[in-house]
Amino acid sequence: MLGRAANGVYWMSRYLERAENTARLIDVGFHLALTRGSRRSQDEEWRSVLTTTGQLEAYNELHSEITGPQVFNFLLREKDNPGSVLAMVENARTNARVVRTSLTNAVWETTNEGWMSLRELLARPVRETNLGEVLMQIRRTGTLVRGALEGTMLRNEVFNFSRIGTFIERADNTARILDVKYYVLLPSTAWVGSSLDNVQWDTLLRSVAGNRAYSWLNAGSMDPRGIAKFLILDGQFPRSLLFCYEKIRSNMAGLAKEYGHEVSAHQLLRDVGATLHQTTIEEIFDQGLHEYLQDCITKIIEIGNVIAADYRFTE
Amino acid sequence: MATAGSKNFDEMLNADGSVRPAYEDFRQWFDGQDTTWLRRQDAEAERFFRRIGITFNVYGDDAGEERLIPFDMIPRIITAREWRKLTLGIEQRVRALNAFLQDLYHRQEIIRSGRLPIEALRNNEAFLTQMIGFTPPGGVYTHIVGIDLVRTGPDEFMVLEDNARTPSGVSYMLENRETMMAMFPELFTKVPVRPVSDYPRRLARSLRACAPAAYDPAKVGGKRPVVAVLTPGIYNSAYFEHAFLADQMGAELVEGSDLRVMDGRVCMRTTTGYKAIDVIYRRVDDDYLDPLTFNPDSVLGVAGIFDVYRSGGVTIANAPGTGIADDKAIYSYMPEIVEFYTGEKPILQNVPTWRCSEADSLGYVLDNLADLVVKEVHGSGGYGMLIGPTSSKKEIAEFEAKLRAKPGNYIAQPTLSLSTVPIFTKEGLAPRHVDLRPFVLVSPDGIDITPGGLTRVALKKGSLVVNSSQGGGTKDSWVLDE
Repeated sequence: MLGRAANGVYWMSRYLERAENTARLIDVGFHLALTRGSRRSQDEEWRSVLTTTGQLEAYNELHSEITGPQVFNFLLREKDNPGSVLAMVENARTNARVVRTSLTNAVWETTNEGWMSLRELLARPVRETNLGEVLMQIRRTGTLVRGALEGTMLRNEVFNFSRIGTFIERADNTARILDVKYYVLLPSTAWVGSSLDNVQWDTLLRSVAGNRAYSWLNAGSMDPRGIAKFLILDGQFPRSLLFCYEKIRSNMAGLAKEYGHEVSAHQLLRDVGATLHQTTIEEIFDQGLHEYLQDCITKIIEIGNVIAADYRFTE
Repeated sequence: MATAGSKNFDEMLNADGSVRPAYEDFRQWFDGQDTTWLRRQDAEAERFFRRIGITFNVYGDDAGEERLIPFDMIPRIITAREWRKLTLGIEQRVRALNAFLQDLYHRQEIIRSGRLPIEALRNNEAFLTQMIGFTPPGGVYTHIVGIDLVRTGPDEFMVLEDNARTPSGVSYMLENRETMMAMFPELFTKVPVRPVSDYPRRLARSLRACAPAAYDPAKVGGKRPVVAVLTPGIYNSAYFEHAFLADQMGAELVEGSDLRVMDGRVCMRTTTGYKAIDVIYRRVDDDYLDPLTFNPDSVLGVAGIFDVYRSGGVTIANAPGTGIADDKAIYSYMPEIVEFYTGEKPILQNVPTWRCSEADSLGYVLDNLADLVVKEVHGSGGYGMLIGPTSSKKEIAEFEAKLRAKPGNYIAQPTLSLSTVPIFTKEGLAPRHVDLRPFVLVSPDGIDITPGGLTRVALKKGSLVVNSSQGGGTKDSWVLDE
């Protein structure tokens, strides 16, 4: 396939995943704002959402104060925010249009319909009363497109590039959420492991849709080390770093098989895999969780760049 | 010939209100349907088009805003007998167009014989001197042609325009049929309509038959020639069609930035390296094809592609320089051109045309502006034209000034009373003017005409302008089986 087309499906999937992750963060922020009393702690929560999505600076340039509706409207639809959910879904749809010949009708139509319905829902400012509906529609779009991919696409290069995009974005998201939460909530990594408000941990798990799974695996008891292990090293949880890594590795293996040869990204992945598989959560904490996560984020970016270069995404 | 003012010809109903034979089966079905249900289907059709993204972009509109070309559910129906005659005429005309191009870029016999004045070529940007002396692979210039026909009576079809560059609209022909079959499946069991769905397969076959000299099946393990569709990109008004055709043909959809010239071939950047293309179905204008040969600012084409083309490394469809054949200044000579190359009288008539470059004609045109349609020689899309009968005195006066200033830029034609076919409105069926663009494929194996084509319809009552950019819509076009 064309390098430009590979780039298109990769970014289409990344943008959809990112839109969905942003929606989940807003959901958590909103949930928390409703359940926690003071104005200050609410603001704090929204600030943390902005930090996690990497949009705090952009927000501050446009607005002088942090209020819930202003933040979620900024994140969802603000015209001057190129990172808004609407802009991302539009980007995903534009990329889908570019690579339309590589996609099945089902994938194109679900992407296009998702964009059309969101554009309509986000045509006017979102209020607290319809925020839920909007967020559900964003999640639904991501779910439907993934389902259409899964159900209708040949398991070929197009499919593999799409999945690689999804899991690189997801790994990046999980690593950032984890990092922001530890970093923001704890003045130094030395505090990690001390007793903390359960609500904070629950919030963290909710941000990656892992609260139910974690409770189920741990019979309802929570501890920070267990949560970190769950989000980094659990092989079953579909948003853990290890899980995302395994997916990327298997889709890259699919490409090597189809093309009959490996590229430099395969070796890079093997190196990353070796460390990931041999590391225990104790070692991660000894090294410093923040440092470890920073390293992960750098690696994820590097993997994305090497894949893009190896497969000639651009000239 | 019926002209404006006289009662126009309706393709469904006779003057006495009886149904013409072509529409008998359809009308019987239609009269048996519940109107409320039909209206619901009508609304459904629009949602269907939006979902699959059959849209076009309007230049100068809000960036990225995509519009739908309105679809009307009442089909345009042509009988087997009518179609037989049309195909003979179209085939003759397309044969003549290719022979004309071959001659113009070689010996120019038609000019030597005095049938076409040299002035028609001089200073005509559509004539590419770079093509002189070169014969495209397979001897084919116009691989894809759209012939715009209008009808003024039961047996009167005329050619309004030839489209020999990159005719568009074929995706609407195909999707309109798909939509009709999805909305009214049982209708197709009652009326024998000839299928159009294999157009993309025929297009691919036709393009592959024109592979360049550099294509050697032995070197590529017997693989078929590689075909790619070259698009200007997603902001082009016909992007949907480019993607649609590439998809249906199983061809790559490429942009200029994907391509580069390597080792005498045009190659596309794939995930595993650069790969040679044999046939490029380009939907990019001549001027933008090659910054080294034509417009140096173009980023839509490929630097060096023209040299590769001339040395047999790639086939470009349609060939560069075919625009001279559908130029409006040349159009008026088409009857002579057809006769010159085929030795036969033209089966399809031209619309009578006055060349304003000629003093006598100009005088007549200036005296009769209120009754005529005046077109710019190099214009397209219904812009830059005057429709006398529907224009105000002021508009006519303004146009007259332009015409006097540069008479050579204009041709004039009588305002034809185009035939009508009903459209479906809230108040029931209402007649509207239509034209027809059949699509023709040319390869060394012959000329292949898809039964039907694209019917464009002026949705405004009384309007004669069918262009989609000016508020026109489309209809499914049926050719009945014998």
